[in-house]
Amino acid sequence: MSEKIRVEICTGTTCFVMGGAELLMLEENLPDNLKDMIEIKGTSCMDHCKSNPASQAPYARVNDKLIKQATVFKILDEIKKLTGE
Amino acid sequence: MNVLNNATLIRRELIIRLARLFLQNRMDEIDRVPLEMFPRRSNSIRCCIYKDRAMIKYRLMALLGHRMEEELDELTPLSEYARLAEERENIEAPILTVLDEACSACVRANYYVTDACRGCVARPCTTVCKKNAIQIKDGRAVINPDLCVNCGLCKNECPYHAIIYVPIPCEEACPVDAISKDEDGKEQIDYDKCTFCGKCMRACPFGAIMERSQLLDVLKLLRDKKPMVAMVAPAIIGQFSAELGQMAAALKQLGFDEVIEVAYGADITAEKESHEWVERMERGDRFMTTSCCPAYVETVRRHMPNLAPFVSDTASPMHYTAEKCKELWPDAKTVFIGPCVAKRREALDDADVNYVLTIEELGSIFIAANIDVQKCEPIGLSNPARTDGRGFAAVGGVTQAILHAVQGQEVKGELIDGLSKQQVRALKRYPETCQSNFVEVMACEGGCIAGPAVINNPKLAKRSLDKFLNQTE
Repeated sequence: MSEKIRVEICTGTTCFVMGGAELLMLEENLPDNLKDMIEIKGTSCMDHCKSNPASQAPYARVNDKLIKQATVFKILDEIKKLTGE
Repeated sequence: MNVLNNATLIRRELIIRLARLFLQNRMDEIDRVPLEMFPRRSNSIRCCIYKDRAMIKYRLMALLGHRMEEELDELTPLSEYARLAEERENIEAPILTVLDEACSACVRANYYVTDACRGCVARPCTTVCKKNAIQIKDGRAVINPDLCVNCGLCKNECPYHAIIYVPIPCEEACPVDAISKDEDGKEQIDYDKCTFCGKCMRACPFGAIMERSQLLDVLKLLRDKKPMVAMVAPAIIGQFSAELGQMAAALKQLGFDEVIEVAYGADITAEKESHEWVERMERGDRFMTTSCCPAYVETVRRHMPNLAPFVSDTASPMHYTAEKCKELWPDAKTVFIGPCVAKRREALDDADVNYVLTIEELGSIFIAANIDVQKCEPIGLSNPARTDGRGFAAVGGVTQAILHAVQGQEVKGELIDGLSKQQVRALKRYPETCQSNFVEVMACEGGCIAGPAVINNPKLAKRSLDKFLNQTE
């Protein structure tokens, strides 16, 4: 795979308070074989919390796929789908 | 238990809903919240949605600053409790409440015989038990909790590993055995013993122990445009994925007139405490311990008075900050914002501190007010602190500040990183056994950044704090 998988984690206040803070632990939970294939970055509020009830936060994005009520494991699952594992 | 669990998230959602109703002047709709959280035919968490709704009501009572123990008539609606909260002028002790209906009254005996028991012929569990607490019923061993003394011999003896140890999370977490079961098996707090460290609150998987929040008291004063000062604890750095100046801007947007770092007071604490340490060493004291952690100070007061002469007489960073605020803005109400439960207790005894909010409450209020801290334009703070004061947020920070202040002196520092039952036992012997001359004690493992009411993962918070301290040094 040439292009890295982009993981964006919302660090806006709503997401951060509703569990987004913990998502930044993703980096430490990445299996060794995935480490070089993923680019993780925090992003400012993507406005998803404005259109949905706050209980859908935290939000994350793996490439173009939006993940609601994201957890480290949900994000990892999505990554694994893309890497075909 | 991980800080971020469903009990935490429900509490945060309730704070958001409550703050939103208040800010939108719709408090009369509060009686609907339990129904909105658990509508008909939704999935229940407990036995049924009706119990879930009742628990939401009690949680809201605590968030409105009441105690569940106050409930005399179960028909009193939340809107009435909200009205009473708005009329309230003063904050009263105790600062915690146990929602006895939420308490699942976990196991009475810590040892339990599982399905793996084969009801064997040897039955060594019955022969090893000195209290005759194990009988065989329907082909399986059963422990009688009235007789069991939790010695654990049966567990060690069972050849099938069929007997397990089941902890009672709150009792296990409490460093001073202040929480125990009443005659119905529900937990109750002995407030003569409680040090308000908040560990039981964090440990209970049913969220049955709650703080009595002061958020309504603060929101009311902000709404009425009363002069208000926010005093932010050093541990706020790294809690919002934003700069300190953005945090200050967000607080002003919420209606605070001034924002001051409690690290300002921490600098004063460090200076006074270092002088005090030098004096104590000169007069021949064996050692001195810190006094900035209120849960530790309460632990000494209630459980190890023999250590009291060794605890620094210097006041806490919160106190010096509040004193400065009252000098600068005599008419303003002061609100301490931090990660700590015990600070509520400390504030009750400090005339200069009017209210205490937790970082979790503040974050939830920001959401309710549609304030995104990251999108605020950073502003300067009143009386900015030094790096040393800001370092108080993590374990070792106080020692660092003292080392800087007493350069050239022989400081033999020791860190007590978290108060557990074992640590409390060890500390009781410190007047005889202490091998160092300066002891920093933090009730929370990791220090304030790992306090019971933080938002960020303590590991990540430590990273942001270190980064910030390096930049500002």
